[in-house]
Amino acid sequence: MRAGAVSKRQLSQRTAFSLLIVATIIVILPVLAIVIQIIVNGADAISLEFLTEAPSQAGKAGGILPAIVGTFYLMLGTIIVALPLGVMAGIYLTEYARDNWFTRAINLAIVNLAGVPSIVYGLFGLGVFVLLFHFGMSLLSASLTLACQALAMTVTTSREAILAVPREYREGSLAVGATRWQTIRHLVLPQASPGIITGAVLAMSRAAGETAPILVVGAAFLLPGLPQSPLDQFMALPYHLYTVAAHIPGMPKSTMWGVALVLLVVVLSFNVLATVIRLRARQRR
Amino acid sequence: MRKRLFIILPVVVVVVLVVTIIALGGGGSSIRIIGSNTVTPLSAVWAEEFMETHPEVSIAVSGPGSGVGIAALINGTTDICQASRKIKQSEIDQAEANGVEPYEIQVATDALSVVVHPSNPVSELTIAQLSAIYTGDITNWNEVGGNDVEIVAIARDTNSGTHVFFKEQVVQMKGLPTEDESLEYGGDVLMLPSTEEGVNQVASNPNSIFYPGLGYVTEEVKPLAIKQTADSIGVLPSVQTALDGTYPIARPLLFYTDGEPTGVTKDFIDYCLSSEGQEKVIEVGYVPLE
Amino acid sequence: MLGKTSPTTAEPGEALRRRWRLGEKLIEGWIFLAGILTIAVLLGIIALLLKEGLPAFWYTSPWEFLFGTKWYPVSEPPTFGITSFFVATLWVTLVATAISVPIGVACAAYLAEVAPAKVRETVKPIIEILAGIPSVVMGFIGLMLLSPLVQSAFNLNTGLCGLTAGIMLSLMSLPIIISVSEDALRAVPDDFREASYALGATKWETIRHVCIPGALSGITAAVMLGVGRAIGETMTVLMVAGGALAVPVSPTDPMMPMTAAIASGIGNAVRGGLQYQALFAIGLILFVITLAVNLIADRVLERQKRKFAR
Repeated sequence: MRAGAVSKRQLSQRTAFSLLIVATIIVILPVLAIVIQIIVNGADAISLEFLTEAPSQAGKAGGILPAIVGTFYLMLGTIIVALPLGVMAGIYLTEYARDNWFTRAINLAIVNLAGVPSIVYGLFGLGVFVLLFHFGMSLLSASLTLACQALAMTVTTSREAILAVPREYREGSLAVGATRWQTIRHLVLPQASPGIITGAVLAMSRAAGETAPILVVGAAFLLPGLPQSPLDQFMALPYHLYTVAAHIPGMPKSTMWGVALVLLVVVLSFNVLATVIRLRARQRR
Repeated sequence: MRKRLFIILPVVVVVVLVVTIIALGGGGSSIRIIGSNTVTPLSAVWAEEFMETHPEVSIAVSGPGSGVGIAALINGTTDICQASRKIKQSEIDQAEANGVEPYEIQVATDALSVVVHPSNPVSELTIAQLSAIYTGDITNWNEVGGNDVEIVAIARDTNSGTHVFFKEQVVQMKGLPTEDESLEYGGDVLMLPSTEEGVNQVASNPNSIFYPGLGYVTEEVKPLAIKQTADSIGVLPSVQTALDGTYPIARPLLFYTDGEPTGVTKDFIDYCLSSEGQEKVIEVGYVPLE
Repeated sequence: MLGKTSPTTAEPGEALRRRWRLGEKLIEGWIFLAGILTIAVLLGIIALLLKEGLPAFWYTSPWEFLFGTKWYPVSEPPTFGITSFFVATLWVTLVATAISVPIGVACAAYLAEVAPAKVRETVKPIIEILAGIPSVVMGFIGLMLLSPLVQSAFNLNTGLCGLTAGIMLSLMSLPIIISVSEDALRAVPDDFREASYALGATKWETIRHVCIPGALSGITAAVMLGVGRAIGETMTVLMVAGGALAVPVSPTDPMMPMTAAIASGIGNAVRGGLQYQALFAIGLILFVITLAVNLIADRVLERQKRKFAR
């Protein structure tokens, strides 16, 4: 082989690889820029008062406690509904379902639900929970709406977690005379729980960040107190960010960044939690 | 470790729940106010003041537009609808079909301000010129005495009462000899989802123009003097000019309830109409009644 | 056969077993119901969209609705034409795809084939952070940071336009494109690579002529999922795309994609009213489009899995 030909191919490889690296850098830089900007601009607004007090003076002063609490209520409401249903549906799909058209329909449904735009979930929540069921613009309606959205995720992760439990475990249990349900309850589920919990945490993180559905189902701009029942209106961090995002006159700019920072911290810490759970579980195996 | 996680997580959750529920101190009544972005700063201040003297009442205030409030009133999902435009007959019909009787209460007045960037040399416009700008007939600032740059016309979206009010009073030139009900917003007008965003855009973009309520005008934007016709004197928006009627685009700010207000809602509205409440109106930047 | 026991000692055993079986049947019943639930929710969404959205076509003919350019929901009489929204969605999706596909696939190739393990382990969490940033935060960043930049860089009247929205959307599609493409590349068996090296090819030549073609269906699926994400995104476009009603002729025009159109108007709409129906009709169209895109992507992924299954 001629020396010239080899170096030409090496050259094109080196160029190609540099381009690939450039592409990766183009992906990384904006993320870092965004996170750093939010931290730098928002840190000024963070204070104990900001985090623990309710807004006053039409949101110009005071804190964002109701938004933080509202977000947590939403996460809670979402997971209380979506997790048990998701796990049960996952169990059904892995343990009980036969390979017929019905099962295929369910799997299809899950794929589809995952891809539905969030605003369409908002429309669904409005039509069904707010109006049809007469729950009104409330925590209940919003949680149920977000739960529908989270369902696809919880079913998929539960199903995958349960599938990952080795067959031999199940067969051994059945061999000693346990019923199917007993096997599931005492053996399969505990084994699959890290995966299931990871999915749940990710679903909560998603619920914390969603805006479009709660925009439609009616989050409040200003709720000086805290919601006292699931039928009350609520404030939420993503909606609050959306409302203050263009700077209410008289509001210091750092407040907006502060809200973004708090929201980012809440969402990312749940993501980190999910990753930690996943890694821990993998280590044990 | 897994078992511990199973126990710790729910415990933490329950503790958080319990603590916050205790902090709420149960009981009490609530009022929901939904609707106009324009009125929101005013209702929010009223709500805050009222809740200080009536701690057992909880008031939730929401935007983002009069249309939303009226829809909520008709759907039965709000106690008070705050609006910056009057309810339409078709909406009254829809309400009555749903068993709702809209009851109107004027709570303040607004001088709808037209603002531009402080560096914009233009300082007054006629209603006809404004209409042409917003239908897209006039596209360059130099056509109205400004610099040779394209106009960025900003409006609110259809949720907003201000959108509708401005369309009828200014774009369609209601009450003037040139009134034309067929005119619509031009296709290049930006329809933004919030008043705050509109004001922010004007403050940062030297070529833009927008119409927020008086309560949203800050030093970062410059209000224009409005001339009814080419021969009139341009009038700047202010509490004064709205009260004495010289400012051509003043409008009532309204509350609507289902039937006459009763109970806590009535107490709240009484407070808003009282002299104390009306003082707050000036503080927020709007125009008190009488 | 175990010896017959007296009736008194046999009964508790049987009764207990019967109760177990009954309880278990009950639980299994619940599980079955939960399984149905996912179908129920999906059917519910379809049913609602049809029920509330189809009537819109009695007021406005489908032709006028889909190809009309006038959207004046609060005028009397109201007119509903969604061409500008549809074209706007096309524009922002185009911009987002044009940016995110080359960069995403290149990044995936780097991570799967070239990058040393340490680099992978640092980069992957960063991409996961990107995936986790809520859409409203993206819209906020677009509003505060990107739109003034775009405005001055392209000398526009305003930075609130399709381009800004498309750039933010591309950031949001990148994680899924990278992750699915990377999985696809890793699924290509090592034998293929070994064979290529054995023939004297360099690593890059292997990637270019063996790995990527081998992973092509997976990469296609990744692109479709990214496209689906861009089409369905609401908050970001609501905040930065501009909201103008004219049919956009260039990506630097302010525009209102379909998702933003729904969000902007839904608060205003009275249940059962004309605007309400029209917005649900847009929701229906949106649902069908994203459904189609995601279904195709899923099919392609299934085929790819089967292709390389051992």
